[in-house]
Amino acid sequence: MKLIEEQLTTYSPQKKRKKNSVKIRITGDSIFKSFLGIIAFLVFIILGLLILVLSLRSSLSIQTYGFSFLWGTEWNPTPPGGGSPVFGVLPPLLGTIATSLIAILISFPLSMGIALALSEFTKKRINFWVSFLVELLAAIPSVIYGLWGIFTLIPFLTQNVYPVIQNLFWFVPFLQGATHGYNIFTGGIILAIMITPTITAISRDIFAAVPNSQREAIIALGATKWESTKIVRKYGRSGVIGAVILGLGRAVGETMAVTMVIGNSFNLFDSLFDPSYTLASLIANEFTEASSPEVYLSALIEVGLVLLILALIVNVIARLIIRYTKRKFRGVETF
Amino acid sequence: MISLCFFALFITLIPLISILYEVIVNGIGQLNIAFLTEEIYPLGLSGGGIGPAIQGTLIVIGLASLLGIPIGVFSGIFLAEYPYNKITFFAGFFNDILSNMPSIVIGIFAWILIVTVIGWSVLAGGFALGIMMIPLITRATEESIKIVPSSLREASLALGIARWKTTLRVTVPTAKKGIMTGILLAIARVAGETAPLLLTILGSRFFFSSFFEPTAALPLTIFNSSQSPFVATDWPKAWGASLVLILLVLILNIVVRLLTREKFER
Repeated sequence: MKLIEEQLTTYSPQKKRKKNSVKIRITGDSIFKSFLGIIAFLVFIILGLLILVLSLRSSLSIQTYGFSFLWGTEWNPTPPGGGSPVFGVLPPLLGTIATSLIAILISFPLSMGIALALSEFTKKRINFWVSFLVELLAAIPSVIYGLWGIFTLIPFLTQNVYPVIQNLFWFVPFLQGATHGYNIFTGGIILAIMITPTITAISRDIFAAVPNSQREAIIALGATKWESTKIVRKYGRSGVIGAVILGLGRAVGETMAVTMVIGNSFNLFDSLFDPSYTLASLIANEFTEASSPEVYLSALIEVGLVLLILALIVNVIARLIIRYTKRKFRGVETF
Repeated sequence: MISLCFFALFITLIPLISILYEVIVNGIGQLNIAFLTEEIYPLGLSGGGIGPAIQGTLIVIGLASLLGIPIGVFSGIFLAEYPYNKITFFAGFFNDILSNMPSIVIGIFAWILIVTVIGWSVLAGGFALGIMMIPLITRATEESIKIVPSSLREASLALGIARWKTTLRVTVPTAKKGIMTGILLAIARVAGETAPLLLTILGSRFFFSSFFEPTAALPLTIFNSSQSPFVATDWPKAWGASLVLILLVLILNIVVRLLTREKFER
């Protein structure tokens, strides 16, 4: 018995291959693999350079203002009276957070509805074309969203929607004040339209990946068609959370459409109907004109760095959740 | 509740229909040969066209493709063909992160690396858009190679053909259609990007002169015209340019859909 085992271990193909591969041979395969590997590795270099370069170029501003940059509320490259320039990004930071949250609040129920409709209640052929229409929403360039926002959405909202909201919620403190349409709320609505396809697509895939045995089981227990989606929703919950956070990442980084409708005014807002700024729109508006003083440009690049870090955190969390969910499903399907 | 789900779908499609309607109705009156070929006039002057913008967009997309397509396709091949590699595990993840990077941050990146060295130029714009294309094409290539049946690969390997030759001669050609659609979608996606172009190619009124000069592009023309105080002369131009841009993007998307239809309907 022992002899056989010994023979097996000595002559197993595993061992043989190991012996051969000790010698490093330059073959077509190894060249090809390392060539591709280097190119695949480029993505690390790009991301690393991105963070490095932005940190280096904003070091002047980081050294001058430190952490007060994050909670300062004043943005003044050339203060009257010739004082030293002051930079703080709290207002655009809050503007970014407010617009993104509004976008998520509006977009989440819509996306869930569409994702369920597409994964549970439609036939395949219809599904294909409807998904196409929803994805077209994601394909439209953001500058066209902005143009449409100025020309169509803002007049519609100021005439038909905002007065109604203000009448209904007259007691809510942050919905007060007159508005001319260029404000945080409009930015949030535009973002909601833009991120709905993202959240929908991922949620639909996650719902569709729920094993059929689960649906069959609950229908066998006498559930109606709608009740049977309960299992789907419960199963996909973590994946949907990932999709929503991913949508949040989109919303945080979106630039042009928001820049065109948010009003671009640097102030701490008291009402969602006030014009404001987001981090991205601050950069888009001022970057090309920021020539002097030198710290001005550096501060704008630091705004970019803040945006980068924000997007990085949000996206890493989202991707980890989505990956984890997909792996969980794969485990279930093998049963 | 089921009808509520369909109501959500209906609500979401209203903006799509509204945008397409507005762009077509407001833009169609602008479309003529002169508008498509003439120089861009300064804000406030009537007449002129968007010729340089169309030309600039095509050039910048071409430059971006030169950077994005080879890197994207090759790293996609790597991710699909060597799935148990350490690089693969992390590269897939970081590709997803890069694909969701805010475009304006990529713009700053290109500004620091290129504009500070050679000035506002179409090269910097191509670089920024190329970086944005890489993760999109990588993902598309990886996915379309992964669905190539392994029996094809095995058949080729069994004939004694080297692995790299199998990849290039058998696997990649089989996945060609998927890779092509991925590339088209990536082009459609970056064609409408405005924010990175704002920080790199800056915009111009004239036709392309050199790779080291500021250049016009459709999204920039739309943005500038929409910010103009001269509503009567400049907004129609913005709509006209929007129609051209949206046609470009829509045609690319529809072509892709038609190409991939059989796969979905089966």
